[in-house]
Amino acid sequence: MNKSVSCEQAVQMIPDGATLMIGGFMGIGTPHRMIDELVRQGKKDLTVISNDTGQPGFGIAKLVEARLIKRLIASHIGLTPETGRQMIAGDIEVELCPQGSLAERIRAGGFGLGGVLTPTGLGTLVEDNKRIVEVNGKEFLLETPVRAQYALLAAHHCDYRGNLSYSLTARNFNVVMAMAADTVIAEPEHIVPVGVIPPDLVATPFVCVDYIVERGNLYGR
Amino acid sequence: MDDKVLIAKRVALELKSGDLVNLGIGLPTMIPEFLSSEVEVYLQSENGIIGMAPMPGRGLEAPSLVDAGGVYVGAIPGAASIDSCVSFGLIRGGHLDLTVLGGLEVDEEGHLANWMIPGKMVPGMGGAMDLVTGAKRVIVAMTHTAKGRPKILKRCTLPLTSKRRISLVVTELAVIEPTEDGLVLRELAPGVTRDQVIAATQASLIIPEQVPVMQIGEG
Repeated sequence: MNKSVSCEQAVQMIPDGATLMIGGFMGIGTPHRMIDELVRQGKKDLTVISNDTGQPGFGIAKLVEARLIKRLIASHIGLTPETGRQMIAGDIEVELCPQGSLAERIRAGGFGLGGVLTPTGLGTLVEDNKRIVEVNGKEFLLETPVRAQYALLAAHHCDYRGNLSYSLTARNFNVVMAMAADTVIAEPEHIVPVGVIPPDLVATPFVCVDYIVERGNLYGR
Repeated sequence: MDDKVLIAKRVALELKSGDLVNLGIGLPTMIPEFLSSEVEVYLQSENGIIGMAPMPGRGLEAPSLVDAGGVYVGAIPGAASIDSCVSFGLIRGGHLDLTVLGGLEVDEEGHLANWMIPGKMVPGMGGAMDLVTGAKRVIVAMTHTAKGRPKILKRCTLPLTSKRRISLVVTELAVIEPTEDGLVLRELAPGVTRDQVIAATQASLIIPEQVPVMQIGEG
């Protein structure tokens, strides 16, 4: 089955008000072409689940700057002052979550778990309104699963089936997000024949990937 | 000597060969510069790499290789790429030997506050809460005061990063070890007196009879 779609078609699938997981860390490993297209199509009232909002003018910050995000679950927004401004003005509802707990909440959502028990956040503001569970005499915080309608991933290589591999620190949240959304759209840097990614180096198996964003018009051809 | 250089040189002595180490943004990233050539540590960056190294030269940026501040870095031979779940599994699961972080406040119980100033600075905790909760050792590298105001307090006024007691505080004036009994003054910076440290510290200090002068790393 050919999963390829144009970037425009991929973003057309996403309705206003959708919940999106977007891969990346400070804009590295972020699907930049889909973000540009979300801005171009003006998809609004989005709920975004991501580690951060990139850097000013780079990555998810573009969605913030275009005022397309209504709600955000993230671990860090310090590099993008505009996100902080919209949060303080009440324009974006922000839920801050420790980075490791965010990764595990996404994993729980994608792996069929009812939540995760973590020591992180105990005795801090993070524990407010959460259950504390004792296991073998130790206390843990119950962090609940998160899922999204769409996961927008960036990959290094993608083969014709949709197997993905990643490069260095661009892997980050992409791997776990691939498991935790109803529809997964991968934006690879390179599309390659099946077999170019050896089975042992596949980080996201093709069964998780629903659509592959075409490379299109690369370098003017 | 610049205060931050002094602090980085002292902390550098705490890193042992074979350690897996996570260095926070800012002052802690200066530490590798001052490591003895005999010490080989592995730097983890929570965005997904073990074996981070300085940029090998101008113009050699790899677009997919950055540190936790989004700044381009290099990697050692044998470096390993990891995803965010594995990265924080290493941090939370007791695999990380040491983290060195900056601090806004430390208190008598050894609690650290370093992630927000309500109403002023709310950047988010990023990986800090996992690091402080999960690393085997947590060293706070910070200036002793901020604009003349003590940062080592009886009780933190800012929201805590973790309820875990940190291992050591290194400032330009002193090395202080939080213990069950309270904060113990372990070392004095060269030329600094006990009274100077006491005057710059709001918390009570336990002061042993002998307080040696702070050793400073190479470089």
